Amino acid sequence: MKDVKVLGPGCKRCVATAEMVQAEADRLGVPVTIEKVTDYAAIAGYGIASTPGVVVDGKVVHAGGLPKPEHLATWLGA
Amino acid sequence: MSLGSITERAPRTGPSTAKWVGGTIVALLLWGLVYSQLVPFSQWVVSLAPIDPKSHLGEALSFFVYDTPKVLMLLTLVVFGMGVVRSFFSPEKTRALLAGKREGAGNVLAAGLGVLTPFCSCSAVPMFIGFVSAGVPLGVTFSFLISAPMVNEVALGLLFGLVGWKVALTYLGFGLFVAITAGWVIGRLHLENWLEEWVRNIRASAAELPPEDVTAVDRIKTGIEAVREIVGKVWPWIIAGIAIGALIHGYVPSDLLASIMGQGAWWSVPAAVLIGIPMYSNAAGIIPVVQALLAKGAALGTVLAFMMSVIALSVPEMIILRKVLSLKLIAVFVGVVGTGILGVGLLFNLLFN
Repeated sequence: MKDVKVLGPGCKRCVATAEMVQAEADRLGVPVTIEKVTDYAAIAGYGIASTPGVVVDGKVVHAGGLPKPEHLATWLGA
Repeated sequence: MSLGSITERAPRTGPSTAKWVGGTIVALLLWGLVYSQLVPFSQWVVSLAPIDPKSHLGEALSFFVYDTPKVLMLLTLVVFGMGVVRSFFSPEKTRALLAGKREGAGNVLAAGLGVLTPFCSCSAVPMFIGFVSAGVPLGVTFSFLISAPMVNEVALGLLFGLVGWKVALTYLGFGLFVAITAGWVIGRLHLENWLEEWVRNIRASAAELPPEDVTAVDRIKTGIEAVREIVGKVWPWIIAGIAIGALIHGYVPSDLLASIMGQGAWWSVPAAVLIGIPMYSNAAGIIPVVQALLAKGAALGTVLAFMMSVIALSVPEMIILRKVLSLKLIAVFVGVVGTGILGVGLLFNLLFN
């Protein structure tokens, strides 16, 4: 089970990022839990400066803008 | 910065890269060809209409028919170019550059990076917290946050194309000047206690992000994405702006406008700033109006002050910033930036009489 957190105040890109992660997980057949973190203090606590951010199993893998599709598979793969 | 890591890597020039770069060059050449034909095209269109070209309606129409494609094309080019340039910068890199910088030099660097670093408005708060919590001084953070909307790439590009490079450079220079001095003043006032309490308590270290692997194709795609997003969103504003500009061109008498917004009327600068602050528009809608006002004898300082206060001091942005700043700090922010814009407008009208 992969634990994915999408960091962002809830703008369009953050929603789209969560959807991309879910779609890729479904395609790969990887079970995931996706949590949206909208609290500014919590977002800042991860040390990123731009949203949406992505945290996989506690590790920040992405910040700012939509993630690239090919990265999604890498995050969910290993 | 990221330029280094790109040149170090062996260039990956596959068929796809060649296709993208080639396609971009062809598109740019086509752009130039179409742009060079806009004048004859608009004259031809206007000649089709059964209207005396010397009449008010004729002048308004020819302004509209020529300016609409011209402005949209210029905007597309500038937004694409900025999208590509901005793919070299990220808020995380900017923060790392600014962390621990002293005031003064830090303000100058922050204002410069504010122009180049891309971020969407919903990122303003996380970014603000990220900067402050990583040890970027408050005044330096403000220089960044002021210059980012103040020196707007859309405004810069459109001024360059429509009004001329001197005005565009003046706008850039004064925008940076206001961001640097306003940030410096806010830093001198030591207002850290006016941040919301939870913001003061966060001490985050920067996240270790995996190294980027950005190719030339990615950068071109970033530029295209920026065009899709920005031009796709602002084109109705532009058309509305050009329509207003066309009406000003055709119908507003020069004498009247010069007496209200001309150099003789010193009160027009404060009035322009006061009217501009609550107005919320974007650069795209304002510039065609700016061009028409200038052509009718309005003073450059007044028009620039109006434009800057509309673009840089917007109510929606303040509502977003309210999450991290106290009302007092927001008032200081508006006061300092407003004063800066006012000073720039007055000074400019004085210098270029």
